[in-house]
This record gives sequence, structure tokens and C-alpha cells, in this order.
Amino acid sequence: MNNNKVIQVEGLTKIFGDFTAVNAITFDVEKGEIFGFLGANGAGKTTAMKMLIGISNPTSGKAQVAGFDVFTHAEDIKKNIGYMSQKFALYDDLTVKENITFFGGIYGLSRKRIKEKSAVLIAELGLEKVANKLVGSLPLGWKQKLSFSVSLLHNPKIVFLDEPTGGVDPITRRQFWEMIYKAADQGTTVFVTTHYMDEAEYCNRVSIMVNGKIEALDTPKKLKEQFKANTMNDVFLKLARG
Amino acid sequence: MGISVTHISKSYKNVKALQDISFEVKSGEIFGLIGPDGAGKTTLFRILTTLLIANEGSATVAGFDVVEDYKKIRNSVGYMPGKFSLYQDLTVEENLNFFATIFGTTIEENYDLIKEIYVQIEPFKNRRAGKLSGGMKQKLALCCALIHKPKVLFLDEPTTGVDPVSRKEFWDMLKRLQQKNITILVSTPYMDEAALCDRIALIQHGKIMEIDTPEAIVKHYPKQIYNVRANNMYQLITSLNSYEHKHSVYPFGEFVHYTDTRADFNPNVLAQYLESNNLSKVEIAKTVATIEDTFMELAK
Repeated sequence: MNNNKVIQVEGLTKIFGDFTAVNAITFDVEKGEIFGFLGANGAGKTTAMKMLIGISNPTSGKAQVAGFDVFTHAEDIKKNIGYMSQKFALYDDLTVKENITFFGGIYGLSRKRIKEKSAVLIAELGLEKVANKLVGSLPLGWKQKLSFSVSLLHNPKIVFLDEPTGGVDPITRRQFWEMIYKAADQGTTVFVTTHYMDEAEYCNRVSIMVNGKIEALDTPKKLKEQFKANTMNDVFLKLARG
Repeated sequence: MGISVTHISKSYKNVKALQDISFEVKSGEIFGLIGPDGAGKTTLFRILTTLLIANEGSATVAGFDVVEDYKKIRNSVGYMPGKFSLYQDLTVEENLNFFATIFGTTIEENYDLIKEIYVQIEPFKNRRAGKLSGGMKQKLALCCALIHKPKVLFLDEPTTGVDPVSRKEFWDMLKRLQQKNITILVSTPYMDEAALCDRIALIQHGKIMEIDTPEAIVKHYPKQIYNVRANNMYQLITSLNSYEHKHSVYPFGEFVHYTDTRADFNPNVLAQYLESNNLSKVEIAKTVATIEDTFMELAK
């Protein structure tokens, strides 16, 4: 296996009854890459992502994530990746500090390490004043930034972000992307889904799923050339309408 | 007049959800409330649909007062809340029938209004609403909100979490409803959808920052914006943020939107600065403001 490829997927397929949710997708993601995983609702993105993070067994095909096989080493994958989704992020009824401690514990960090990490993380996010407040009382944008930081607590090789910025205000959305750039700059691979097409432009490469298949995969620039479109939004509309 | 809001304020304990909100929506207009999560959009919707009473101020919808005439309002408006609020255990057809019956009408009577939308979900009419995909749920919810032929339609974030294709289809539907003289108040966190409204209000932290047509709002942007691009996005953002003359630095797709504090800004000087920070392939070109630029400048 090429060491620079942190995700390698070949012919990955998931069938539910007579419905093929993910139809033989093939792609690689390199270390430190920001990889955009796009598609219309129902195109199969979530199903594909669930297989990659080791919580759903593929029907057929091959996939290695962070060096581990999704069929045989799903538990190792979970330890080596971070995951954040808009739907489930943090516990609203725990404070900022408690959430960090809890997730640090889950990821197997020592108490000392959790203490150090908490202090750094809270300072970086400017959350000193609300460190002992319940997460449920924070604005959505703060929660999302905190949730992203928490998903990086154990220095995962890859972080999976499922629509991390939905409904967040435009300024916070950009701060969030600056955090993504920073993580990628430090070598963390970022695998992200979004419905904001300007965010698709922030990715190094973008794949677009249509009806369970990856119909396009390239840099935003090349995709725009290929589809003779001015924006990624136009690329998306041309492909997904097709 | 479609909707008239006069000095509305609403607080929950120590949170000021709405502060002195006033605006008017003309009959047959598509009016957009543009703002992020927590801006107060839903609170405003709940007040206008008579589900919540404001602490201060007054409002009328379709000519009726939201407090005095609340029952009349309930008969003349359609409301599609942000959260899917139909009966998950009823089928598509049963949900539609239920809402028609509640409003003392039948599907047949106003079929004209919902036809274009309903035909798209009709193949699934015997499926339970809870088993529909996101896009289909949204279409069913819109049908249910329209079945009694409302004068005013309230749509609270109808497109949040919806992909660009379905979003475009949804807006095409709204334009067609507008032709049938339905007044529409719609909220969205997607700034690109603002351009599709006749007029918009930019709202944040419970306050309206500006109200105007989308075209006028972008014209009010106070500065010249430059598109900046270089070989490394993260280093570009970091370098621009630490530049002493920067006014604002926001990533925008493949570019960074940059504004400078100086009146005599020279792009070549900025290019030299960036190159001295080890960036290459630096490009700087003038560009025009978008609604999102305006929103961020006002929210700063």
C-alpha cells in the first residue's frame, strides 16, 4: 500500500434488499488532502461514509482507511479517525470542559493529557468564559467549532466531517474552514460533505455522487473546465440533474 | 398589505430573541429573512403565525391582527416549520387529506394549486411520511401548507440541509406560487437564495441590519473588494490576516475576498508582501460584493 494514500477504496458497494445505495465506488485520498464528498440528498453519501468509518459492513468491494481494512479491522479504524456530524456533535447537558474530558476518555487519552489538551483547546477557541457552561447554551457556530476540535483530540490521521457547517453564520463558517485548513496543513486528512458549493471550492479535490456512483472526481478547477461551468454550483446542477 | 410588523420585541428569560423589529411585506411579494441559526427567524415566524405572543409591538397578517384575530389568521396562512411536522405514521395521501379536512376543504377543491408539486410525490402516496426522503418530505410539507389556498405562506428554512438541485427546484416552485398571488415570507441561511427574493431583511442577534432589494443591498457595500488567489490557501489566509492594512479577509470559493483600510490601496504592494511570505502564483483582481459580503460587513 502506498503510504501517502490514507483512504483507498475499490469497487465499494452497499446493497439494501433490492436497492443499491452505493454502487462500486473507487477513489483514493492522500495524506493532508481536503477531500470534498458531494452529492444530492439520497445519492448515497452517508451510506458510503458509514462504511468508511467502520460502522456499516460493505456488501462487496475493498476499502482501507488509515491503513486498516474496513472488513476486518473496523475497530482499529475507529481509533484512528475523528468524526463530526451536524446531527450529533457533543452532549448538550455536559459543560464544555466535561465534553472534552468525556471524549478524551473515550479516545483513551491519559488524565494528564486531557488536562493539557483542554487548556490548549479552550484557549485556542476563546472559550475561557464559557468553559463551565453547558454546551446546550452555546450558539451553534461555537458548538460546531468545539465539536471539530474534540474530533481532533486524539490526533487522528483522518477526520470525517458530515455537513459540519449547515445553518452556521457566514463568518463562523469561514472560521471553521480556517480550522480545516490548519488541520490539513498539519497533515490531518479531511474528508468533508457539504451542501454549500462555495465550500466545495475550498477542497483540494471533490467527488460528486449521483445515484450511488461517483460521477465526477477532480480538483474544483478541472471539474469546472470539464463541465464548462463558472462555479461548482453549476457543475453540481449539470451533473445531478443529468 | 401581506404582512406588517411594527416594533416587535420578544425575550425568553435573559435572551433577547427579537429586538424592535419592523418591516412590511407587500401582497404577492417574496420576502426573505436572511440570517444564521439563532438570529431570531423562527421566533418571528411563530409570532406571525399566532403561536407565540410578542412582549412588545404589533403585527398584522393578511390584514388581521396577530393577537385579536388569531383565528382568522390561522385560516388564511400556510406554515411550513423548519422541523418536519407532519404525521410520520400517516401516508402521504392521509397527511394531505387530514390537513384538507382540518381546514374544511378537500384535496380536489384546491388541487390546482398543489398539482405541480403533488405529481412528484404521487407515486409514493401510499408510503408513510416518515419513510420519505428529505426532498419528498419537503414537497409533502409544502402541499399540506397550501391545501387550504392560503393568502400568505410562511416557510421557515425550507431548504436547510437540502442539496443544490432540490433547492433550485424548490425556488422554482415558489416563483410559480407567487404568480398565483400568494405572499411568501421565507427564511434561509443560504445567502445565494437571497438573490431570488424580491426584497430581503438581513437579520442577526434578533435585530434587522438592513432591508432592501438584493440588488440595492450589494450596492451599499462600502469598499472595493479584491479577489486574491495564491498557491497555498491556508498560508494566504494567514498572511492576509496578519497584514497591517487589512480590513477584512474572507475565503470565497477559490479566492479570498480582501478589503484594505487605505483609500490609495495598491494591489502590487500587497502582491509583493504576499510573495515575501513565500507565496507564489499571486493574483489580485477587483470583484463585486455579494449578499454574503454585505452580511459579514454588517455583522462585523
